[in-house]
Amino acid sequence: MNEETNSGIIVPEHLEPGEIRTRRAFLAAAGAAGLAYTAALAYPIYRYLASPEEMALSATAVTEVTLKDAQKLPLGAVLMFKFGTAPAMLIHHEDGRWIAMTAVCTHLGCTVQYEPQADRIHCACHGGVYNPYTGANVSGPPPKPLTLFKAVKNDTGVEVSRA
Amino acid sequence: MTSKTDAIYDWVDERLGLSELAAFARHKTVPVHSQSFWYYWGGISLFLFLVQCFTGVLLLVYYRPGAEAYESVRQITFVMHFGWLIRSAHAWSANLMIFSILVHMFSVFFMKAYRKPREFGWLSGMALLGIASVFGFSGYLLPMDELSYFATKVGLQIPAAIPWIGPAIANMLRGGPDVSEFTVQRFFALHVVVLPAIFLPLLGFHLWLVQRHGNAVPPSVEALPPSERKAMPFLPNFLRKDLAMWLISLNILALLASVFPWALGKPYDSLAPAPIGIHPEWYFMSPFEMLKMLGAVLPGEIGEIAGILLFTVGIALWVLIPFYDTSKEQGRRGRAAHYFGLLAVFALLVTTVIGYWTIR
Repeated sequence: MNEETNSGIIVPEHLEPGEIRTRRAFLAAAGAAGLAYTAALAYPIYRYLASPEEMALSATAVTEVTLKDAQKLPLGAVLMFKFGTAPAMLIHHEDGRWIAMTAVCTHLGCTVQYEPQADRIHCACHGGVYNPYTGANVSGPPPKPLTLFKAVKNDTGVEVSRA
Repeated sequence: MTSKTDAIYDWVDERLGLSELAAFARHKTVPVHSQSFWYYWGGISLFLFLVQCFTGVLLLVYYRPGAEAYESVRQITFVMHFGWLIRSAHAWSANLMIFSILVHMFSVFFMKAYRKPREFGWLSGMALLGIASVFGFSGYLLPMDELSYFATKVGLQIPAAIPWIGPAIANMLRGGPDVSEFTVQRFFALHVVVLPAIFLPLLGFHLWLVQRHGNAVPPSVEALPPSERKAMPFLPNFLRKDLAMWLISLNILALLASVFPWALGKPYDSLAPAPIGIHPEWYFMSPFEMLKMLGAVLPGEIGEIAGILLFTVGIALWVLIPFYDTSKEQGRRGRAAHYFGLLAVFALLVTTVIGYWTIR
């Protein structure tokens, strides 16, 4: 026969209420120890698997990239480069302007390409189109413009930095 | 609520026969006697094998076989967070697993647990030990540091000494006349695909046999009338103790792996001389030393062939013991098998000690 205490806990008849408390304390301590043990095992494994992600994070902290010899880029040409971890593009427009922006489509993350004949930036995945001077999303599914960088030409190359 | 879970249980049970399994587990018992301690070692080996699978998959995440092997292990050890720990755990657990399999094997041998109807248990166990040592040998090369290079070079001299076909076998294993990135690539395939594919079904067979025949008892207990034999239920009593053993093993492993992290040597260089004091892993030390001793008595090719012959005969005798020592009565053959086992333990221990003693 079991009795029900007023807290609603079933007390086996052969146990004194004091024993219930120590048993419950023991179970709680054992549970906490088990959790701590599991966490001690899981933490190194998590950090191990997350290592490349952490390395990438430190790479995304990049705020400036120097593209050596990029000043020799002919008019109407484009140079793809990595800004941190993501692809980016430097366009030398026919009018002589230097424009740099991210090359990751804001729709689903494909890498976009500059099309000099059509004077547009096009994403082949779902047909998104961007303005090659401002990065503005012109047509197709992209919800947001491409982020512009600041591009400054000097004698040895082009400096690209966050605008 | 309860009726719903019952209904789901019934639905699954009807299709998978869960209650038969549960009934089997409820009735399963483990004998209790003065030698019961040795029953844990099969379970410990199994646990360490699971650790190997788990840490092995974690290493696979960053390991690259072939020409980049050393660089990727360097990266795991020094660049990836806790990579040194995962690698150290894999290496330590491999050694502990071989150790616990050996303890398991000798306890089975001296309890005469290989006798009818457990011959297949013994044979499959020996095959598992054989595969485990090939696991050890192939895994040892994968970091492609100095030690692994020379260990593989020397180890492959043993199959190379087999008359006529030996050199062809060694070349096939090496993927060329010398240990190179081709060797590490094929040892990798062996280590992570071929060996697990053979090991796992064999392990399943081995465990199934244990369920089918139950634990063997030593002859002294077998001689007792059934009323005087003691047993404990597997569920939950033995399982609880088994899991406690697993926890102890895990703690020992964690301690060894973190306090004595596994080293990574210099990258291998096929032109560099062998480092001073190079020696095989402890579980290959005994055969290495025996070959060395035999080589001193019988120099040259004769010694090599004699060594291989000796090992082949010794291992064959060991593996075939269930077919020699069959009788339940303590007869002459039973005693002979016992002394053969003692001789094997003695020879292994002595040659291992001499091997370590004579490292220069």
